[in-house]
Amino acid sequence: MTTVGIVMLVHTALGRAEQVARHWAAAGCPVVIHVDRIVPKATHDAFVQALSDLPDVLFSRRYRCEWGTWGLVAATQAASEMMLAQFPTVRHVYLASGSCLPLRPVEELIDYLAARPRTDFIESATTADVPWTVGGLDEERFTLRFPFSWRKNRYLFDRFVALQRRIGWKRRIPKGIVPHMGSQWWCLTRQTLSAILQDPERTRFDRYFAKVWIPDESYFQTLVRLYSQSIESRSLTLSKFDFQGKPHIFYDDHLQLLRRSDCFVARKIWPHADRLYEAFLTDPATAMNRTEPNPGKIDRIFAKAVERRTRGRTGLYMQSRWPNPGWENGVTSGPYSVFSGFAELFEDFDIWLARATDARVHRHLFAPERVEFAGNQPVIEGALSDSAAVRDYNPRAFLTNLVWNTRGERQCFQFGPSDAQDISWFMANDPNAQISVISGAWAVPLFQSNRNFADLRKEAALLQKIESEFLDALRSPYAKARVRIWTMAEFIEAPMEPLQTVIDEIGHRALRRLSEVPKMADLRGFGQFLQNLKNQGMHPYLMGDFPVERDDAPPTKRPRKPYLVQ
Amino acid sequence: MGIWRSYRLRLQRKRWLIRAFRKRREMTGIADRTASIRPGDILLFSTLRNEQVRLPYFLNYYREMGVNHFLFVDNDSNDGGLEYLAEQPDVSVWHTRRSYKRARFGVDWLNWLQRKYGHGHWTLVVDPDEFLVYPFCDTRPLRALTDWLDASSIKSFSAMLLDMYPKGRIDAQPYLSGQDPLQIASWFDAGNYGMTKNPMFGNLWIQGGPRQRMFFADTPEKAPALNKIPLVKWDRRYVYVSSTHTLLPRGLNLVYDEWGGEKASGVLLHTKFLDTFTAKAAEELTRKQHYAASVEYRAYAASLQNNPELWCKWSEKYINWRQLEILGLMSKGNWA
Repeated sequence: MTTVGIVMLVHTALGRAEQVARHWAAAGCPVVIHVDRIVPKATHDAFVQALSDLPDVLFSRRYRCEWGTWGLVAATQAASEMMLAQFPTVRHVYLASGSCLPLRPVEELIDYLAARPRTDFIESATTADVPWTVGGLDEERFTLRFPFSWRKNRYLFDRFVALQRRIGWKRRIPKGIVPHMGSQWWCLTRQTLSAILQDPERTRFDRYFAKVWIPDESYFQTLVRLYSQSIESRSLTLSKFDFQGKPHIFYDDHLQLLRRSDCFVARKIWPHADRLYEAFLTDPATAMNRTEPNPGKIDRIFAKAVERRTRGRTGLYMQSRWPNPGWENGVTSGPYSVFSGFAELFEDFDIWLARATDARVHRHLFAPERVEFAGNQPVIEGALSDSAAVRDYNPRAFLTNLVWNTRGERQCFQFGPSDAQDISWFMANDPNAQISVISGAWAVPLFQSNRNFADLRKEAALLQKIESEFLDALRSPYAKARVRIWTMAEFIEAPMEPLQTVIDEIGHRALRRLSEVPKMADLRGFGQFLQNLKNQGMHPYLMGDFPVERDDAPPTKRPRKPYLVQ
Repeated sequence: MGIWRSYRLRLQRKRWLIRAFRKRREMTGIADRTASIRPGDILLFSTLRNEQVRLPYFLNYYREMGVNHFLFVDNDSNDGGLEYLAEQPDVSVWHTRRSYKRARFGVDWLNWLQRKYGHGHWTLVVDPDEFLVYPFCDTRPLRALTDWLDASSIKSFSAMLLDMYPKGRIDAQPYLSGQDPLQIASWFDAGNYGMTKNPMFGNLWIQGGPRQRMFFADTPEKAPALNKIPLVKWDRRYVYVSSTHTLLPRGLNLVYDEWGGEKASGVLLHTKFLDTFTAKAAEELTRKQHYAASVEYRAYAASLQNNPELWCKWSEKYINWRQLEILGLMSKGNWA
């Protein structure tokens, strides 16, 4: 009767390795164990002693297995040779590590392989086809030299790679082979494995691969292509890798997930995951509460983890995510709208806007006295307070927090030249900001106020200067916000069309014509007011050309028909 | 960073090490069980004064998490805490009457103990009112985290301070020894934290939370720092510069990702605002042993008189670490 032989590479958690070896042996699988030479002799001897009651568990010659070096391949070769020589009934050899855990009853694996006596299960793909590798070394693993340890001498490793790239110094790939890579955990047939190990050219190949980087991911994967009759290019071992190429670890809370995987073996398991070892190493009848396999779920969970580590959550700034400028993947977490001049030109604009859209409409969030949240609340989502001092201490944090805390709901707010301006560049650079400006509308409240003209003149000059700087930011080539600017004169000529555009963009209730028109402030005499400013030597230009005499009522007084038609 | 700056930071680090060395004689060992520390043990370091009522729950919380040995510096407690600690089988405790402030709020003492006992261990530095929460802490022991950090070659783990507070008056519900303080102080501010980067040490400086909202609404720059790096694979060359906010060498402070991703991080649930706080605040006002002449306690005492309620309509009630993760206060990073 043929069987499956297990080659186990072990370097830590020997107790767990012993447990797993016993599990394999109990199902009739011979096991050859390679213990890393770094394991102290006493520990090693105790381990060997512990397994001495099992005749079918053997130990192969020890090599030093530093990650990414030839030692791992040498160890695998030695153990495989021993396996093939000592156990003639073995038809498939399964390469596993000490932290691998069989998920399905071993009998199932034996049956599965017995039904596919000629198939080699080994992930094997050409470097050109898969961009898996981390660190930018794929093709170059086979053509450069790596005399320095990546783990211990990263600096020299990198420098030496850079040097070789620069001078174009390349190794020749031996004739007859095409480099392939894949997971180092494979299951090969006796025929294929012995062909690789007994190849007359083996010394030549070994000499070459000994200097390839991470040869354990390419030696068998490449050579198998020379001999195998039938390759299934996948690993029977479930193994997930993170963005640095190191394997994800499974813990007790992955139990249900692993139960639903249809893989035979999983790696790697945290040595202290008692529940996992208990659940999967007990007798086969109870081991698997056979549930519907759902391997996709594992993929999703680990893919998400990689995504979170590399891309993060858009618009989130926190203790472990502080992106450099330009690396935020979106400086805020969602779109928001900024209105400048609308609240001045229209009476109760915020109330009207809230009715016309689904958005939350605040008043002047950056008002100098306090933050004017919607509904005049002193605190809103996330316990963000209305203190102007706190806001001005870190305006950027204030705005990103607001947008983050209310994600899912669009925020709108008023912004004008009398507000704290520190945030203006940030908004201008944010593609999520929709900024609509009626320039010069700040003059309307001045016009309506009952103050001395000298003060008004001074204030107008100041506001005009601030707004002009704001407009410069919005018009700068760095601005990424969705900006619309109208002069006041331009806007009041046809106010509904721009309003409709802006509202449509806010969305949700889109495709509906505005049925209600915000009430525009009474502008009779405004032209004269501007003229008076001019006469005092202060030229207001941001509002565009206003005729001095403009006696007719503001045009919005008679609603324009097309916008009322549904 | 230029050579000159890096040299200056090196000098600074040496200075703190020398200072810790000088301060070592201020402590006398009361119960020294450090001989029982085995390689690979996770150690917890803490300074305290009159926290006896909190200790039973505190020790239990961290024992269950998987801390193997506790090292305390007792700053002249007179509530029986010292005796209590000395009886515990997994605790070593030192006593000192010297100034907490002159020991830079206990940092010098702990730097010394960490240098002496923490080398090569994962060390957790927390106050008795701080409870660490990390991703998967409900299903995986602390050792799972430190093993994973080791495997990922990460040496320091960030856990921002999250101020917890009760609903209603702080002194409304008395805290009883052994009780879970989160049963009383179960609310927090979810999204009002602002941060800037400290160009010198490279750490993020986080401010916000209920203390900034209530006590420092007019002087936000004085609000206490909330960034903390309490879990470090210690080396005898390392020092904490100020509390657990900042470390040297500088690389240990880079617990955040700068390229858009998120690194794994946790949260320290800060349960300072219990009924015990009122008495503490009163004492600290006269002792003046806390940071910036106890500015925080003074601000607190001022507000305490009129409105001692930190809770607001938008306070969030604590459920578990997953909630904190979703809110963006901590992250799983690529730990799955």
